[in-house]
Amino acid sequence: MIYKLQFADLLPYWDVLVRGFVFTIALTFVSTLSGVMVGTLGASARTFGPRWLSALVSAYVELMRNTPFLVQLFFVYFGLPAAGVKLTETQAAFLAMTINLGAYSTEIIRAGIEATPRGVIEAGISLAMTRLQLLRYVILKPAFQKVWPALASQIIIVMLGSSVVSQISAEDLTYAANFIQSRNFRAFESYFVVAFAYLMLAILARAILRALGHRLFPKA
Amino acid sequence: MIRRRIFQAMFASAVALCAFSGQASAEALDDILAAKVIRIAVPTDYPPFGSIGADMQPQGLDIDMARLIGKELGVRTELVAVSSANRIPYLQSKKVDLVISTLGKNPDREKVIDFSGAYAPFFMGVFGVKSATVTKPEELSGKTVGATRGALEEQELSKIAPADVTIKRYEDNNATVAAYISGQVDIFASGNAVAAVIAERNAARAPDLKFIIKNSPCFIGLNKDEPKLLAKVNEIIAKARASGESEKMSQTWLKAPLPPGF
Repeated sequence: MIYKLQFADLLPYWDVLVRGFVFTIALTFVSTLSGVMVGTLGASARTFGPRWLSALVSAYVELMRNTPFLVQLFFVYFGLPAAGVKLTETQAAFLAMTINLGAYSTEIIRAGIEATPRGVIEAGISLAMTRLQLLRYVILKPAFQKVWPALASQIIIVMLGSSVVSQISAEDLTYAANFIQSRNFRAFESYFVVAFAYLMLAILARAILRALGHRLFPKA
Repeated sequence: MIRRRIFQAMFASAVALCAFSGQASAEALDDILAAKVIRIAVPTDYPPFGSIGADMQPQGLDIDMARLIGKELGVRTELVAVSSANRIPYLQSKKVDLVISTLGKNPDREKVIDFSGAYAPFFMGVFGVKSATVTKPEELSGKTVGATRGALEEQELSKIAPADVTIKRYEDNNATVAAYISGQVDIFASGNAVAAVIAERNAARAPDLKFIIKNSPCFIGLNKDEPKLLAKVNEIIAKARASGESEKMSQTWLKAPLPPGF
């Protein structure tokens, strides 16, 4: 039996698809910014911070890297209200993605920092740089230069992983597919279109991140 | 000649067989009373209508109803656990005399079996915390309602709710229940069985029925052409309704009074 694809059945739901598409982009964009920020702070704290802070950050990293994202999401959405913290599904999705990407990027950026030779840092000190200048120009910039491709991959992974936020009723791309196929029973077509949309998003995000890397952290 | 005699013998025995089986099906109630046992198909996988209790015995509204019928007939009740897929075949193959298993009425089923009067309420509705004042779909305006994506009640709700209602569609029934219990939503659409289970396990947020979306009460199923059994079962149901027994079962198992108009 040959299945006959009927994409026309999706047309009445184009607005659901567009809204899901925009939501996934926005979710990825904001949580990438905040996640990488958390990662930078985490990596700096873990490498240069006092011992207790370093231990705290590594506990956070281990906790996040060794639990499923879906469980983290459910914890934030269904668990935290018991502690009096009630977040909407959109806030919960942003928070879960930020802490998840934050943990992974902490590890990635830390690897970049540790790859900086000690002599370079000492050279910076001998040039009478302030601590902030040292961190910014001598430590972080070369670190990002080295790990940018790894960080970009992680951002794409988190973007694709964001598909599970539909489980807590956040209306992203996957939600759109689930919703449409629950209405017209065209599962194949719905997921086909959404898979293609994710593919395009991933290719686009990779291109943007590469261009951004070249611009922000040019190879000397 | 011999051939003809064999044919006559076969014909005669066929007639006798027909007469025998015809008699057996016409007198189901007499058979039950003679055997002093009634076999009733019940669910054991669908609380609060039927489940296995901590003492390994079946329990639930359907089980109570089955025992009540046995008691009223003055015979022993033999419970037969069935699934929702095989409950009608069990009846048709006469492995059981009655099916009491949250059976809803529809035209396809009515072609093959008979139904008694309704013995228990079963409906899709909108439920919520006590403080939410909603009595009809229009009053949901501006509110947020949780529902399971793709479920019958979600599709119906999407049609009848005003445009400014936010419907949060969760992946499955468990997520919808979790969203209500954790306070992410104060109103949700579901079946009364689900609401009863929440009330049982989480009394602090026991859901109140706000309005019914789709009503599909439970009927007792029995084989066709059993007028005596049907009349007797209907009599028992009517008696239970009048004596308050039905109301008591609803309170015990569904944690709610019988809905108005039931």
